Amino acid sequence: MDFINAILVLLNYTIIPALTYGSQLALGAIFVTLIYGILRFANFATGDMMSFGTMFAVLLTYYFQSLGINLGIFPTALITIPLATFMMILYMLSIDKFVFEYYRIKKSPPVQLAMVSVGVMFVTQAIIRIIIGPADRTFLDGEKFILKASEFKEMTGLNEGLTIKSTQAITILITMIVVSIMFWFLNRTKTGTSMRAYSDNEDLALLSGIDPKKVVLITWIIAGILATVGGVLYGLDKSYRPFVYFNNMLPIFAAAIVGGIGNPFGAFLGGYVIAFAEIFLTYAYKKFFTYILPEALEPNSMMQILSTDYKFAVSFSILVIVLLFRPSGIFKGKTL
Amino acid sequence: MKQYLNVITAYLIMFTLIILVGVFQSWSLALTILNYCLISAVMTIGANIQWGYAGLINFGIMGYTALGGLAVVLVSVAPVGEAWSVGGLNMMICLGVIIGIVFSIRFTLKKIAKSKKRNYLIAAIIIIGILLLRLISAPAIESIEAVEPAKTGFLGGLGLPVLFSWIAGAFLAGGLAFVVGKVALGLRADYLAIATLLIAEIVVSIIKHEDWLARGVKNVIGLKRPAPYEINLQQSPWFIDLVEKFHSGKLALINSVSEKQEVLNQLVIDASSVYVKLCFTGLFLTVVIILLIVTQKALYSPWGRMMRAIRDNEEAAGAMGKNVVKQHLLIFILGSAIVGIAGAMMVTNDGLFTPGSYRPMRYTFVIWVMVIVGGTGNNFGAILGGFVVWFLWVEAAPIALFFINLFTAHLPETNEIRVHLINSAPYFRFLVIGTALLVIMRFRPQGILPEKIIKN
Repeated sequence: MDFINAILVLLNYTIIPALTYGSQLALGAIFVTLIYGILRFANFATGDMMSFGTMFAVLLTYYFQSLGINLGIFPTALITIPLATFMMILYMLSIDKFVFEYYRIKKSPPVQLAMVSVGVMFVTQAIIRIIIGPADRTFLDGEKFILKASEFKEMTGLNEGLTIKSTQAITILITMIVVSIMFWFLNRTKTGTSMRAYSDNEDLALLSGIDPKKVVLITWIIAGILATVGGVLYGLDKSYRPFVYFNNMLPIFAAAIVGGIGNPFGAFLGGYVIAFAEIFLTYAYKKFFTYILPEALEPNSMMQILSTDYKFAVSFSILVIVLLFRPSGIFKGKTL
Repeated sequence: MKQYLNVITAYLIMFTLIILVGVFQSWSLALTILNYCLISAVMTIGANIQWGYAGLINFGIMGYTALGGLAVVLVSVAPVGEAWSVGGLNMMICLGVIIGIVFSIRFTLKKIAKSKKRNYLIAAIIIIGILLLRLISAPAIESIEAVEPAKTGFLGGLGLPVLFSWIAGAFLAGGLAFVVGKVALGLRADYLAIATLLIAEIVVSIIKHEDWLARGVKNVIGLKRPAPYEINLQQSPWFIDLVEKFHSGKLALINSVSEKQEVLNQLVIDASSVYVKLCFTGLFLTVVIILLIVTQKALYSPWGRMMRAIRDNEEAAGAMGKNVVKQHLLIFILGSAIVGIAGAMMVTNDGLFTPGSYRPMRYTFVIWVMVIVGGTGNNFGAILGGFVVWFLWVEAAPIALFFINLFTAHLPETNEIRVHLINSAPYFRFLVIGTALLVIMRFRPQGILPEKIIKN
């Protein structure tokens, strides 16, 4: 019995939150890695682009709510995703047209493009703050919990309850759907194959008649979908605040590099590696050990490896270690 | 002379703008902007050494700035005796343990051949070391933080004059740069950018959360100053006399004695803040000029030529027998140390250390915009960039407000769009800076004052 309780504690406070957070990071990391692999630059505007898409979802949610449209037990934000994605893709394509295209045609070094993306970051941040302001916003409605701790306790008669928030289930489910469609597209369709070819060797791809404009267009479309979905899921689960999205860029970068930059599947797994490391290393295991250890051995400290203040520092340290010992990432990416 | 014409014109325009602020807003504000411009200039000199001379991307400027600020606390604050007596010994032992870990790792790396066994040994040393550190430091930290938590709760500093901290800041930042450079400089440019950005975040999060070191997010206030305090100035007779002489014409027009006294008091209060800021301006200007002379000399010395050669073609420079790795490390340390000085200067200027305020937006990306807008590889350009971008950063909001009012003048006062735009005026600074960066990158990628190579 105690053993099941211990497992439940872990599930509740580490595994389920880590899976959720990992899914959100994974979507962002695939976005980073696609831009890096195909457009060949580190996009420092990642966090703010995600925030931009989410902003539309938030505004549309408020609008729909005022019209009285909702999805019942599901959050209204889900129906706003397609529209928000559309706006996001439009924004990305216009940014590409007016800013990035010039440097791509000139074949500027990646560093210069990264610098340009810093400029895009500033501008995007300004637009977001002018439109929606820097305040913290929650836009979650509908049923909050799928399974409440008290219900679970009644059902099973255990000491520990299992809580599953609806946002956690939605996040994991939608991530799986989006990511599998994307991998199917990249691996099984002709356009996807041509994108991979372009990423592997640009000259050979051009030689074999792949249209670079089309590849770039499709890349931004996929990027727009990933950014918006990732941003909205994060916003639903926590809350929407532009500054936090900018900060999220850092663990997202860490996930992309840990997974081997340029390798979408690596980025996907990298998101979970970072999320699990962050949560496992900063969780206080006291309750867990009180269940599994005999009473005599019960711990009296918090049994916490690192204070939660260092959550971000964990992912960065992992990144630094990976960069030092395996610079191409855990799952072979582009060589550095 | 002719070749410096554009430099002189650019600087003249810049100073005219600052003087205009003094005339139209207030002299105190103009001097605040000027002081921050000078601090930014020091940061850009540091970043320009790394990026302009050697082509190294350092997105970790925030971390070095924060370390410079930390140096001010560690050097100038009086030591907290009680905290030292309850926890000082343990913290010193911890320092010893850290040194022990470093040396034993170095020893292992030297003596044992590369193998799996060595990796495990190093991992074991680190894990045992960290466990030992936590065991020793945990009770000490608790008791240090319990010493008057509202006022102190930290070890305090050395109690030395604050100007020493500028040098200490350089050393702290340079030390971190040595470690970072050793591990990260082998990476390709954009990875170096990301790695330094993340390492800076780690540094700032340590400063934020280790309360025993510098009170963390509880901030340290009332730091020492290298300039007199306003309140003392307002009471010293020589200063009042000086203000009276300065404004004698204006004061002579007022007849009633009590009114005259009142006006004089107000003038003294205004003048005291201007005087203090002028003192800071003088100090900062000295630092900027010294750095400018040194960096200019270095840029046109054989060493500067070698750095440019390494930047433009690493392999060729390597083939000529130049030690690229060593020079990169050196320039990384030098640039970061200068940024550390700037960080210490900034905290000295503010008189308070607020770790929570170190954010990559303000302390890394804005500085980079300064370097790129000003002119990479040109010290005058970098300093000018510091001035221009800081000026824009501060004055963007008032200017945006002016334009918003101009364009929405036909709308009623309570119009929702107008109110919303007026409330979001501060965020136009991001727009202005971002657009400035994009425009410069597109149409004048070498910056306002491009790099000049003097051949003799």
